[in-house]
Amino acid sequence: MPRQHVTTEVNGEPQDFLCEPQETLLDVLRDELHLTGTKEGCSSGDCGACSIMVDGRLVCACLMFGVEAQGKTIETIEGMAEGDKLHPLQTKFLEEAALQCGFCTPGFLVAAKALLERNSDPTETEVRYWLAGNLCRCTGYDKIVRAVMDVAAETRET
Amino acid sequence: MKNETQEFKWVGKRPIRPDGVDKVTGRAKFGADMHLPGMLIGRVLRSPHAHARIRSIDTTKAASLPGVKAVVTGSDFPPPPPPVWQAAGEVPVNFRDLARNVMARDKALYDGHAVAAVAATSAAIAEEAIDLIEVDYEVLPHVIDVKAAMKPDAPLLHDDLFTDGVSPKPDKPSNIAKRMEFAVGDIEAGFSKADVVIEREFTTKPVHQGYIEPHACVVDSSEDGRLFIHCSSQGQFMVRQFCARVLDVEISKVTVVPAEIGGGFGGKTTVYLEPTAGLLSRITGRPVKMVMSRTEVFRASGPTSGGATKIKIGATKDGTITAAQATLAYQAGAFPGSPIGPGCMCAFAPYNIQNVNVVGHDVVVNRPKVAAYRAPGAPISEFGVECVIDEIAEKLSIDPIALREKNAARQGTKAYYGPTFGPIGFVETLEAAKQHPHYSAPLGENQGRGVASGFWFNIGGDSSASVHINEDGTATVIEGNPDIGGSRASLAQMAAEVLGIDYDKIRITVADTSSVGYNFLTGGSRVTFASGKAVIEAANGAISELCARAAKLWEIDADAVEWVDGEARPAGDNAGDFEPMPLSTIAGASGKTGGPISGHASLNVKGAGPGFGTHICDVEVDQETGRVSVIRYTAVQDVGRAIHPGYVEGQLQGGVAQGVGWALNEEYIYDKDGRLDNPGFLDYRVPVASDLPMIDTVLVEVPNPNHPYGVRGVGEVPIIPPMAAVANAISDALGVRLKDLPMSPPKVLASLSNGGSRTPS
Repeated sequence: MPRQHVTTEVNGEPQDFLCEPQETLLDVLRDELHLTGTKEGCSSGDCGACSIMVDGRLVCACLMFGVEAQGKTIETIEGMAEGDKLHPLQTKFLEEAALQCGFCTPGFLVAAKALLERNSDPTETEVRYWLAGNLCRCTGYDKIVRAVMDVAAETRET
Repeated sequence: MKNETQEFKWVGKRPIRPDGVDKVTGRAKFGADMHLPGMLIGRVLRSPHAHARIRSIDTTKAASLPGVKAVVTGSDFPPPPPPVWQAAGEVPVNFRDLARNVMARDKALYDGHAVAAVAATSAAIAEEAIDLIEVDYEVLPHVIDVKAAMKPDAPLLHDDLFTDGVSPKPDKPSNIAKRMEFAVGDIEAGFSKADVVIEREFTTKPVHQGYIEPHACVVDSSEDGRLFIHCSSQGQFMVRQFCARVLDVEISKVTVVPAEIGGGFGGKTTVYLEPTAGLLSRITGRPVKMVMSRTEVFRASGPTSGGATKIKIGATKDGTITAAQATLAYQAGAFPGSPIGPGCMCAFAPYNIQNVNVVGHDVVVNRPKVAAYRAPGAPISEFGVECVIDEIAEKLSIDPIALREKNAARQGTKAYYGPTFGPIGFVETLEAAKQHPHYSAPLGENQGRGVASGFWFNIGGDSSASVHINEDGTATVIEGNPDIGGSRASLAQMAAEVLGIDYDKIRITVADTSSVGYNFLTGGSRVTFASGKAVIEAANGAISELCARAAKLWEIDADAVEWVDGEARPAGDNAGDFEPMPLSTIAGASGKTGGPISGHASLNVKGAGPGFGTHICDVEVDQETGRVSVIRYTAVQDVGRAIHPGYVEGQLQGGVAQGVGWALNEEYIYDKDGRLDNPGFLDYRVPVASDLPMIDTVLVEVPNPNHPYGVRGVGEVPIIPPMAAVANAISDALGVRLKDLPMSPPKVLASLSNGGSRTPS
């Protein structure tokens, strides 16, 4: 089967690419577009390291085919900062040491941003259940959950 | 308890880590993020059998598939090196076994053992080619369980393996690779003095380190035989040495560039893919990228040992422990080398006991070769010990913390495995735990509270670092340990403190193997301690030179200059009357005073400070489902000194989370044919955010006198207490003592249906 031509928008810019029909969107992002900030931890939707936004929905890029992205709007970790201005979640993760190895961090940031866009005042339990699809093996989640709640609180104040 | 005698500008603060921005923006390059022009993709064919003789491998069909550039099997590798054991990680290694683990030769020894590999122009073609390789296996009887493997009639993995450590040397091969014994005092006399003696048997399951980043590398071989390796590991120098040995090339021809590492916990202290990628690259003349799938990570890398332990402790009515005995059997996986040594040495190390006997066995089974996992070996033995101590406390109606305090190792205690402890903070952790509000908080229905302690040696080792003073007054620190959880920050903080310049003026780089002196790997909780010492000594070397340059400009003797707060000053009135000269001025003038200003250090660092921790855990048990929820957790640890408290707390919290997973959920499950049944995160369930509460930490600081700032290691200890803390909490809630990990719902339910009564002793 010939490579398919797919037209999308990635991080605010029009982007087209060619991909094999069986290639996942994660493979396309990493291997074709070289957006390697989105990580592969399991390829089965269990770890959340490849969390991205597709048309405003939080998805695991490993569970979508590249061809399914036709006409869709994609946001990845590379689009999270605005120029040299980090997103408040990115800043808070750094200030509060909410990462250790940093491999799961892009997925957590994308997922946490999606949460705060839906719920500006989440409880600790809501944060924990929303992020339950993202595995972190380093931090024990404590500082991640605190960072997300602190950003939520500061955003509400401003 | 906190050492407040010295005020520091950077040590003990929480600055943003130097690699932070790269890690929150997706810039950081991990193992699989490297892409080279002309790169091929490599894949591995793995044995579907737990134990099988490889009669033949036919690669013809695979090799003729368009797009396939190379196919290799064990016979394409150089002959394995001789089986000489050497310290090369947290667990010793011998390169014969390492080579045979990288690629099977005559036998496949576990489900997942590599038997062949291909390199092709795409992943899809490589995967198709793997399916075309035909292996003729003679399936052999296998053994998975450690106790079954020790029986005389068990299927033998290696017919040339004779039990080491017994005299005379056995005349028959065995799966017991080694027997070791540690003994002090008179064990029988000790038990005869006891008023209460409790003996229990425990089992723990192999658990995987569970780093989220699968193993990954890109290897490029040049026409003149050099190897360029970009990979994620806990030590670029380890990868260099291991690949050089397996591929039989000189070390100087191998350059390893450390990628960012997406977690390791000991599991990345060895190589799996790199030698194979190197061989494929040598054959094809093109770079080869290899990345493990998550299934491969579970089947073929890590985990730590499962163990069977028998623990016997005796105490007098007042709580004095008179004797302690342990018999330990650890699964090594397919090749010898479980962490049985540290398991034996750590078991009773938190306690000052006059009569101790510990016997350990290293046992091969048809499972993947174990790798180090956070305090390797210690959690397995200390789990049983801390449960029995709790039971003794209960039996004697003594508070479990008080019982531990009564028997605690202190400065001057001679450990049964040899050394006499210097300043240690075990008692301080017990005190802090006792005083913590958590310890006296009320509990609800179906809830229980447990405590447990833990010990790990911490290590030093070889470390090199350089500090370069730049012409604008900033500094570059070059070190050689992959940064797994904030070590760039802690090393840069110490450099800033010594140099007396702002943390932001320091740029720190984890260098490749050709750009910095040798460094032992990131492991054993050594980096902030040992490589910290190297950075400090290198910074002091730079300061000596800075003082000499200021002396030259002032035309006075170099030893008449001292370094204070980032500037050169005349040392006393006799030295002369000069305005202090800041680092930036001296740096700017370096071209006129003798050239570049640098300091270097290459050290063999000794004097690691032993680490102790005490944890408090509350659980709630659902009596209908058997599910145990951890509802409150406090981890107290003597950290020596926290250079960056945020990342020190993170080590404690992460260790606790892994320990809770080990306690409640995680296990390798094999079917009757010896195939791993749960090689994925869906069925091998590591704790997720909704499984855990906040994890409170208390950092006790009893400085290690062998480090300028008092650093001990911190990463290992926190994984040791959780299994027993959870088990003791379940006992408190239900009156049932669980002795087999994981304490998953079926086991909890079964114990409840058995009446939930306290175990008779």
